[in-house]
Amino acid sequence: MAASVRYDDVEVGTQLPSKSFPLQRVNLVMYAGASGDFNIIHWNERIATAVGLPNVIAHGMLTMASAGRVVTDWLGDPGALVDYGVRMTRPVVVPDDDRGAVVEVSGVVGAKLDDGLVRIDLTATSEGQTVLGKAQAVVRLA
Amino acid sequence: MALNPEFVGRTYAASAPYLVGREKIREFANSIGDRNPAFHDVEAARALGYSDVIAPPTFPVVISMTALATAMFDPELGLDYSRVVHGEQRFNYSRPVVAGDSLVCVPTIDGIRSAAGNDLITVRGEISTEAGEHVVTTYATIVSRGTAEEN
Repeated sequence: MAASVRYDDVEVGTQLPSKSFPLQRVNLVMYAGASGDFNIIHWNERIATAVGLPNVIAHGMLTMASAGRVVTDWLGDPGALVDYGVRMTRPVVVPDDDRGAVVEVSGVVGAKLDDGLVRIDLTATSEGQTVLGKAQAVVRLA
Repeated sequence: MALNPEFVGRTYAASAPYLVGREKIREFANSIGDRNPAFHDVEAARALGYSDVIAPPTFPVVISMTALATAMFDPELGLDYSRVVHGEQRFNYSRPVVAGDSLVCVPTIDGIRSAAGNDLITVRGEISTEAGEHVVTTYATIVSRGTAEEN
């Protein structure tokens, strides 16, 4: 149970590899089934627009899961994650077309803490707008 | 109607044990498109020191959902389901969830506050094994739009 990244090899400002996550309607359906979150605004455009949304939106937890992959892929051992939190500041709108939405995620070392712990600050955007706020992970490095 | 701050600290009964299955972990990992071998391949997970495949970091929501809903939709609290959105989520891990775990979740109302005309309620879920080993604490903040009283 150890990360493949060494504490001594990172400093504040060290960038994690960025990733793009395409999200189409099928991904929302899969996530609904796997997570058990069948909230209708994540799959029914008629209801989503009736309650004032521009279209069907992705589960906030699916966006959070995608953003977290930037951290866990970097760590090697996902179990080196100690704490992970986000604010869902803006929904990811997923139109019913061949493209869907794309969530772009980048991460940077925001602080080096005690005991081999490091804070990662994540930025997640879709259509150029931030979709997660205060997205931070604390990880234990080797 | 604003939510009653006296509910802060109220704890609810533990959920029924959730037995974490290997295929459920794989299904969840596939649903988020995550091919990390630790979530799929038993040998890869064992090489990292785990007894079986581990679950992605956000998987604990599957375990906590029912328990947290019990607290959030306590009729005495008066939260209107049609007005709520998921505002914040946090996980604090002692270790990852591992296939074979039998987990229970104890929900507690951790905080109630108002901001910009919305009520925000945070429900903490302590997830541990049936034997009492802490695995992860979840914090879900739900925003009830437009229900806070005007000042």
